[in-house]
Amino acid sequence: MTEPILTVTDARKQFFGVEVLHGVSLELAPGSVHGLVGENGAGKSTLMKIIAGVHRRDGGDMRIDGELVDFGHPLEAAAAGVATVFQEFNLLPDRTVAQNVFLGREPRKRGMIDTKGMCRSTAELLEDLGIPGIPPTARAGELTVAEQQIVEIVKALSVGARVISMDEPTAALADHEVTILYRVIERLRERGVAILYVSHRLKEIFDLCDTITVLKDGSHVSTDPAADLDEAALVRRMVGRPISAFFPDPDPGTEIGAPRITIRSGGNTQLDGIDLEVRAGEVVGIAGLQGSGRTELLEAIFGAAPFTRGSLEIDGARAVIKHPRQAARRGVALVTEDRKRTGLALNQSILDNALLAIRSVFPRRTQASRAEIPGMFSSLELVSQGNKQEAQTLSGGNQQKVVLAKWLAMRPKIVLLDEPTRGIDVGAKVAVYQLIRALAKEGVAIVMVSSETPEVIGMADRILVMRDGRIVGELSSDTDEESVLAVATGAAEEVQQ
Amino acid sequence: MTARTDSRIQTVLRALISPKGAVYLLLIVLLVSVTAIHPSFAEPGQLMRYIQRVAPIAIVAIGQYFVIVSGEFDLSMGSLVTVQVVVAGTLVGQDDSRTVPVLLLLLVIGVLVGLVNGLVTTRLKVPSFIVTLGMMLALYGGVLWWTGGAATGNPADSFRQIGRSGIHDLPVIGLLPWSVLILAAVVAIAAWLSRRPFGKTLVAIGDNPSAARFAGASVQRTKTMAFVLSSMSATIAGVLLVGYAGVHPSVGQGYEFTAITAVVLGGVVLGGGRGNVWGALAGAFALETLFTLLNFTAVPSTMRSAIQGVIIIAAVAYAGVIFKNRRAPAAVASDPPDAPGMQQATGEAQSTESAGSGATRNHNTKEN
Repeated sequence: MTEPILTVTDARKQFFGVEVLHGVSLELAPGSVHGLVGENGAGKSTLMKIIAGVHRRDGGDMRIDGELVDFGHPLEAAAAGVATVFQEFNLLPDRTVAQNVFLGREPRKRGMIDTKGMCRSTAELLEDLGIPGIPPTARAGELTVAEQQIVEIVKALSVGARVISMDEPTAALADHEVTILYRVIERLRERGVAILYVSHRLKEIFDLCDTITVLKDGSHVSTDPAADLDEAALVRRMVGRPISAFFPDPDPGTEIGAPRITIRSGGNTQLDGIDLEVRAGEVVGIAGLQGSGRTELLEAIFGAAPFTRGSLEIDGARAVIKHPRQAARRGVALVTEDRKRTGLALNQSILDNALLAIRSVFPRRTQASRAEIPGMFSSLELVSQGNKQEAQTLSGGNQQKVVLAKWLAMRPKIVLLDEPTRGIDVGAKVAVYQLIRALAKEGVAIVMVSSETPEVIGMADRILVMRDGRIVGELSSDTDEESVLAVATGAAEEVQQ
Repeated sequence: MTARTDSRIQTVLRALISPKGAVYLLLIVLLVSVTAIHPSFAEPGQLMRYIQRVAPIAIVAIGQYFVIVSGEFDLSMGSLVTVQVVVAGTLVGQDDSRTVPVLLLLLVIGVLVGLVNGLVTTRLKVPSFIVTLGMMLALYGGVLWWTGGAATGNPADSFRQIGRSGIHDLPVIGLLPWSVLILAAVVAIAAWLSRRPFGKTLVAIGDNPSAARFAGASVQRTKTMAFVLSSMSATIAGVLLVGYAGVHPSVGQGYEFTAITAVVLGGVVLGGGRGNVWGALAGAFALETLFTLLNFTAVPSTMRSAIQGVIIIAAVAYAGVIFKNRRAPAAVASDPPDAPGMQQATGEAQSTESAGSGATRNHNTKEN
């Protein structure tokens, strides 16, 4: 067995006297990908930040090539060959790729910045990674998210990184971009880089990783070769409960009633020929590739980017919805995919966030809702330090619960969910699923968009598949992932023809 | 027992050094200093006169608070004060019976200016910094053209009484100025408004206009309302100043910046989303008390602008530093954040941005 580059032994960390990491050990070997999984709050980020030099450990030791290291700053970690690719990138959008890669240490030639040399080295590194398509002279802001991520990796390599840790690297990537990232990781592995890979997406973990470490509640649960594990076993270790509890069965008392919402030949610049009917008590799943118009469909119904053609009926009555306000008045709720951008006012308290919609739309009902919110929080199992806690200090799962509470307070008749479980831990996911079932039982019509096909299949009564702004197929709930993908990519039609 | 007392003292101390609390500490220190130099300052009658003097700027600061907390600026307040003072001074003349119609006219002008500021900002998407800067110049230019730059008019005493007089012959305080009562009313209304759905939505809009819109808030209407409130408060301040300062095109000049300084000093974050009415009020009082103190210690009044400039920079920097220090551990303690990612790493950038360059953020988060 090869000697590990980086070893962490019995690392401990406490914040304000509360230990959040209880002696975690980890070894990163050259040319291997080490998966780090666990629910939110398991300590993954804390461990990553210790390795990245953002936090200082309080106990245990960390060695690189057997030498004890103690990083007080991310720059010290970088100098030692440890780089971290964060979820949010730190590229300067108006500088070129090469300028970003060599930011702060531009090569010089006769006192002037050697732009040509800079571009050449950048191009070489990109080529090495098998991505010759990014011109070093392109402005970073013009690149796609995936390309920016690759530039971050190139930046790390150009300073000689031997350990690269990645935090949810695929969270913002489209499906085809994920394949590119896979290829880059493969090249990094060939170069002998040790990779620490943190992700909620278990499929990726199994696709990429050689070894998998599971953390739970700040403690080390297990480290095993990926080959010895399967998804069910991994989930059991992460949450301590079997995977079968994932998607709750529909409540037998749920009745499919009259149509809540009916759209005929709806369209705008992004959508065309949308015919959709969702009945009370029904859960309709929307599947499709990124960019197929799923989010646009929900935003059209909600009036954020309204339909310009076609007709819309709510509970049998014609409705015109040109602004979210009109949608909310009529009992339509939208849980958006980006909590931070469109879901929460992060500096405000969780109570104020939960009351945001009711205050804006039905101000007279504010007092009554205020009394209901604490009960709603507790039935959603929201973990907080009280109603005055600022929304930004909550974990992703708890933030999502606040967003849900905001709409539940309105007693909606139609709930549109856009990626309702993105970036939240398994426990919170199950809470969301149970909530969907409970709403359906009360006669709410639900439309759910998700990139995770198993989730759509597991939760929806029927599945609509979108492509290029149209609904191109309908599948029943007993379908499988392959069929959904075939319709989504258009492969199914080709077969039929 | 001791431990608990300790922690309570700690809580109070921590609250006092937070950006929201610091202004109260500063105000107390300043009031004590002024009293130490001039013990007569603490006499009830003197205190009333002091509040009367601060009332116009405090009212303007409260109006400015609503605009700033929604993520915008109102630079036209000072010029609007001037306009109202000059219009009142010229039109009332020596005829008592005109007082009420002129007050109504001032109100109409105030609402109109607020509506233009608000509608151009929200409908035409012109940054409020520019809209209200333009309005400031237009209003002031109009006044100069109208008056030729000289003092004009001498309004009837009944009109001047509003800013100058009050309820006489009261025990202890002697005179209870109308200004003080009007200030109290403005504060009460502002505090009430900011607890209403309107006020809460306004703060949420300043924090994240997109989220507010997606929650069904009418961003345009709510922000426009804030501009109308600020113009109304400038109008009220103008009416008080007619009695207090007389009628001259220089009255009210610079009030917008003094108000912004006061609001920022009160812990209201430029760019919106943080702060409260009481902070803005305390900021105005702290600022005026500081100028009083400087007056007593014979610092030339010509230094005023320079001091104000230093204060506004220091207050924003202080808020930036405190929020940064506070946010970093807080994010970790309550939320060893996994999925939402590196709040810690980006927290510094965010907090500096939100506090440090309010104007920039203001443009970036503009609602579409």
